[in-house]
Amino acid sequence: MEFVLLMISAIFVNNIVLSQFLGICPFLGVSKKISTGVGMTGAVTFVMVIATVVTYILQKYVLDKFGVGYLQTISFILVIAALVQLVEIILKKVSPPLYQALGVFLPLITTNCAILGVAIMTIQKDYDLVHAVVFSASTALGFGLALITFAGIREQLDLMDVPKGMKGTPIALIVAGLLAMAFMGFSGIV
Amino acid sequence: MNQWSNFSKGFFKENAVFTLLLGMCPTLGVTSSASNGLGMGLATTFVLVMSNLVISLIKNLIPDKVRIPAFIVVIATFVTVVQMAMEAYVPALFESLGLFIPLIVVNCIVLGRAESFASKNNPISSIIDGLGMGLGFAMALTILGSVRELLGSGKMFGVSIYPEDYGMLVFVLAPGAFIALGYLIAFINRVKKTA
Repeated sequence: MEFVLLMISAIFVNNIVLSQFLGICPFLGVSKKISTGVGMTGAVTFVMVIATVVTYILQKYVLDKFGVGYLQTISFILVIAALVQLVEIILKKVSPPLYQALGVFLPLITTNCAILGVAIMTIQKDYDLVHAVVFSASTALGFGLALITFAGIREQLDLMDVPKGMKGTPIALIVAGLLAMAFMGFSGIV
Repeated sequence: MNQWSNFSKGFFKENAVFTLLLGMCPTLGVTSSASNGLGMGLATTFVLVMSNLVISLIKNLIPDKVRIPAFIVVIATFVTVVQMAMEAYVPALFESLGLFIPLIVVNCIVLGRAESFASKNNPISSIIDGLGMGLGFAMALTILGSVRELLGSGKMFGVSIYPEDYGMLVFVLAPGAFIALGYLIAFINRVKKTA
């Protein structure tokens, strides 16, 4: 039950994009089509879970052990950057179809603040490893939910008669605002 | 290009937030009040100026293939400096900006300027570029923060303008960030067309 609550909280109530404002760049950047949204979600989920586990181990067994907590930011971002490269190389070798699907999104992920954000949040909230995995996976799903919903709306939006000054980014931001308002309805569930 | 246009382009023509749409996460995340926006903007400015300076000094020492990781290390160093300094001297601001301070590291503006400007220009131009871009970013954050604070709680920089009961709470919450920025960008596009 505890895990179900954690999942609902991470996916709906504290949605990473719409209530925590992390990962806005890909949210606005790759949300023009549903198919790219799905690809991005896959890549983010994959990297987020691995990155959270690796940084968790790094924090507990290296940084805490040697009392060098101030190196957190610098070591986490390096680990994430290296990890993304590694995942790219392994994926290319082991599973070409998956690489085909996710490949173009992987380099973009290093600068996706959601990844580093979740890694740091996991440490701040003092989760154990199992909670960390559940938390990061459901956060990634929440990211996907927001991204794909938004992409669906934007596909429809292309056909709409939007006032000239509002075309493009402004209307997209206002739609995102309405979506965030809808997600606020989930608050209080958990 | 002369130094003045290096400095001034960050405010209007190439403003990171309003025209290039970079660094959106802190833009939306910390601007629930004007002073938070200003604090975040100044912290980013410091990181931007220092990393631009260092990168332009060491640009010839870094092999081309590993330049991005090298840039990230430089940036992360200065972010850690800011993080520790803010925790020591302005703990209240540190508390309210929270997670977004370490996340300056992944702010696309900082890496973007390192890659597109500091790695090609001399230290003095790079400092000026970083200062202009950073202050432009701080300006955008302060404007957005003021608008949200004024509409949401009737205050500006914490000074009451009209009674809080008339405020629209939604502007302080998450949806208001998106909506306020959407209208601001539309307004700025309009001004630019006539200017």
